[in-house]
Amino acid sequence: MMDHAPVLMIVLPVFASLALTLIGPLGHRAAYGLLILSIAGSLAAAMATLVQVVQAGRAVQYRMGDWMPPMGIELVIDHLSAGVLVMISGCALLTAIYSMHTARQDNPDRLNHYYALFALLVAGLMGMTATGDVFNLYVLLEISALSSYGLLARGKGKAYYATFRYLMMGTIGASFYLLGVGYLYIMTGSLNMADLSEILKQPELGESVNVRIGFTLIILGVWIKMALFPLHAWMPNAYSRAGTTTACLIAPLMTKVSVYVMLRIMFTVFSADYVFQQIAWSRLVIYVASAAAVLGMITALSQRDLRKMLTYIIVAEIGYLTGGAWLANTAGYTGAVYHILADGLMTLCLFMAVGAIIYRTGVSTSAAMEGIFQRMPVTAGVFLIAGASVVGIPPFCGFFSKWYLLQGAVQAGEWVFVASLVIAGLVAATLFFRLLEKAFFGRLDDAVLETGSKTSHTAARTIRWNEAPLTMLLPLVLTGAALLGLGIYTNEVVRYLIRWSVPAGM
Amino acid sequence: MFSPAFYQAAPVIAVCASLGAVPLIAASRRHPNLREFWTFAAAALKFSMVLLLAGWVLAGNVVEVTLIQVLPQLGIRFKVDAFGIVFALVSSFLWIVAAAYTIGYMRSLSEHAQTRFFICFALALCAAIGVAFSGNLLTLYLFYEMLSLSTYPLVAHHQDKEGRGGARKYLTFLLGGSVGLVLPAMIVLFTLVGNLTFADNIHTGIIPPGTGDTLVFCLFFACLFGFAKNGVMPMHAWLPGAMVAPTPVSALLHAVAVVKVGVFCTTRVMLYVFGTDLMDALNLGVLTAYIVSFTIVTASIIAMTRDNLKARLAYSTISQLSYIILGVALLTPAAVQGGIIHIVNHAFAKITLFFCAGAVYVVTRKKNISEMGGLGRVMPFTFGAFALASLTMIGAPPVGGFITKWYLLKGALDAGQLAIILVLVASTMLNIVYFAPVTFQAFFGRAPDETTGPTEIREAPLIMVVPIVAAALLSLLTGIFPGVMMQFVRMVIP
Repeated sequence: MMDHAPVLMIVLPVFASLALTLIGPLGHRAAYGLLILSIAGSLAAAMATLVQVVQAGRAVQYRMGDWMPPMGIELVIDHLSAGVLVMISGCALLTAIYSMHTARQDNPDRLNHYYALFALLVAGLMGMTATGDVFNLYVLLEISALSSYGLLARGKGKAYYATFRYLMMGTIGASFYLLGVGYLYIMTGSLNMADLSEILKQPELGESVNVRIGFTLIILGVWIKMALFPLHAWMPNAYSRAGTTTACLIAPLMTKVSVYVMLRIMFTVFSADYVFQQIAWSRLVIYVASAAAVLGMITALSQRDLRKMLTYIIVAEIGYLTGGAWLANTAGYTGAVYHILADGLMTLCLFMAVGAIIYRTGVSTSAAMEGIFQRMPVTAGVFLIAGASVVGIPPFCGFFSKWYLLQGAVQAGEWVFVASLVIAGLVAATLFFRLLEKAFFGRLDDAVLETGSKTSHTAARTIRWNEAPLTMLLPLVLTGAALLGLGIYTNEVVRYLIRWSVPAGM
Repeated sequence: MFSPAFYQAAPVIAVCASLGAVPLIAASRRHPNLREFWTFAAAALKFSMVLLLAGWVLAGNVVEVTLIQVLPQLGIRFKVDAFGIVFALVSSFLWIVAAAYTIGYMRSLSEHAQTRFFICFALALCAAIGVAFSGNLLTLYLFYEMLSLSTYPLVAHHQDKEGRGGARKYLTFLLGGSVGLVLPAMIVLFTLVGNLTFADNIHTGIIPPGTGDTLVFCLFFACLFGFAKNGVMPMHAWLPGAMVAPTPVSALLHAVAVVKVGVFCTTRVMLYVFGTDLMDALNLGVLTAYIVSFTIVTASIIAMTRDNLKARLAYSTISQLSYIILGVALLTPAAVQGGIIHIVNHAFAKITLFFCAGAVYVVTRKKNISEMGGLGRVMPFTFGAFALASLTMIGAPPVGGFITKWYLLKGALDAGQLAIILVLVASTMLNIVYFAPVTFQAFFGRAPDETTGPTEIREAPLIMVVPIVAAALLSLLTGIFPGVMMQFVRMVIP
């Protein structure tokens, strides 16, 4: 069983997805239970693989059908992918548990079909991360994209239109990626990542224009998929109009996996030397990333709708990640990888908290936050923790990501990126502070009318305690605790996991 | 007395005592007396730990404990030395005094949300002692941020429009300074030095030789203005705004914990990160002295124009905090000692003054000085304590403030900074101008015409008067027996 863990973590959700389409007559509980079981199995397999990788100190390779690479497809899980796999399955499991009320609310008639797409998306994401073959990656990319289109279209209001735009942009992005892979295949004759990296080491290929075009196309395609400014326009509407569960599943994961793909292509297929010496425009990426960070946060500040605000925060975080990866030093790379894990958790936490608040209050603008400390104290507390993490307050994980990213930027002398990180942090602080104020003070004008005076020493008017249901609260609290835990154990994560994945030549 | 292993654990216990009290306070929300007991129990535990550590440090030991290794090169690290002990002794002792006063105040006014109040109080004190015992800049930053966040609900306690405005300014300045200035400076320092542990004496600092002057200047001023809790202009605007908080908050936090954490962080960084040698070489000390002199004088002038008693005290605090930074910036042994001892003297006196303001409000609901004529005759203990405490601000014997003034003047003379001496003299004059009339009016002035005469007003309740008189007597004692605290201060200067 242990030997097959790498493939199990992809295959279990696929089989579950098939079973879920058939399980309709057995009712909601059965569908929910099957989904949770399959994703829990996937998580267990991912954790087993992680342990294996850390103990062995090198990558775990699994040959699909026992066919030999480079013709056969293989799964390669090294220190980088192992961590991301655990994050994907962990976040998916938490979302699955969380989804009991909201998914049923959004999909009263076709819950099992919804969960089937859910499981398929998870399988696609896990596969993208685990695979060692660039074309296989494309296949799984499309699997996850198609499932996500289906899931997102089940949202509210103009969700169809937003999803259609996302479909167009996503397909363009995937096509760019495919085109890039095509160029590489023409030049190298191989689709296996390890094989490609060997072949690409040859000097004539290193100079070749076609290879450079291939690289650029792949990177552009991935940037569209991860919504890097200015290619992000499809994301805010698509994610904010989605159902609560869909947003919680997709928002933390899809863009992060695309960042993972970028890192894979940059450092495993190609090499740090190639990217930073041969590619002329590599220094410019930092400026794009800085712009993404600052403009994303500022736009988030101007949003009234809570979930749109969160998606613009994602745009800013993608800016951090891209900048970190393209800084060309160890600290920046460590920051980027750590931030993949940290941001996945933070985004999940924020979306879950906001989802719970919207579920209970029925309001999706910032007005929903009024008096939330009295109404839903636990949810409000966890939201505050996630906000503190985004701003970068120790000891939460967001502080340590910022630490590494800033360290990398200072070492590289990229002061624009330093300034953008600081400014984005301040804007995030303003953003969360405004919400905190609303949460703490409630609606002041009502209080003035009631008591007739500007100051009140008597108890603020009592707001009924109406906390989120347990199936929503439990994953939320676990995620909040994970933010703290990841922060405190930063040293362990960096030493045992991330340090081993730093590419040579940095 | 105890084994060294005990002293390794003592700082952790001291910091976490109130953290442990938080769930107990939350659980006892329906039993006010039990809830208050937890606050006192935690305060007593904290103070006894600090006292034991003080004895150990006096014997010449320094305690260093690494709590958690969060980054490969850095951990959450505690270091207990003489400098930290001075601050820790003051804040942990005054918490006990303030707890008694706070209970009296909150109960007399039947304030709402008392449980939340005491929980945040406990968290704030945990952060304050954490700052006192920080062994590196990361730990200092961690507890500094914890303090900003845990005091927000205290400043915003009344949950009205004024509270919202005041609390907004509070967090804007504090977080803006720390996230915008201190965080980047800290990371640049880490990249330069390789770790952030404080030096073990005040002279060497940790900046490697050969670092560019511009960079050092940028880092220094990022820290000076970034630790906005120190009230240096222009980062002072949060202080008067934070006076919307209930008076016990103003008293303990803005006279003792929050603002003292600000100056403590600033002086800790000045002495143990930059070091007197580097500051002397680059003339940073003199430059800082002039910058804070501006604050000293301007804040005093503004204080003169304020009729609201708490506002006047707030500006006085801004002015007095810069005395501390001035003392350390002058770099001569006498001046540094004067600056550090003022942490103690100012704390005792300011807390007395704020307690008096609170007592006056509880009894008469009056906030403005112009309405307080004749009150001294009915509230002799309150205004007597006020008079004694204002002597510290003025710097007259026999109270502790005189010791401060003496050392600062001597230090300025040693440094040859005659302009600073003028600033100190001018500031003394200004202090007399805005403090003396309050006491004078209270005892010898005429009561403003009211239908309800002052005969209905009595002295404040005993649970408030006792802490007031205790704090005032302490400021007297620090003047008569300065040696007790000065022995720690002398250990800071080798």
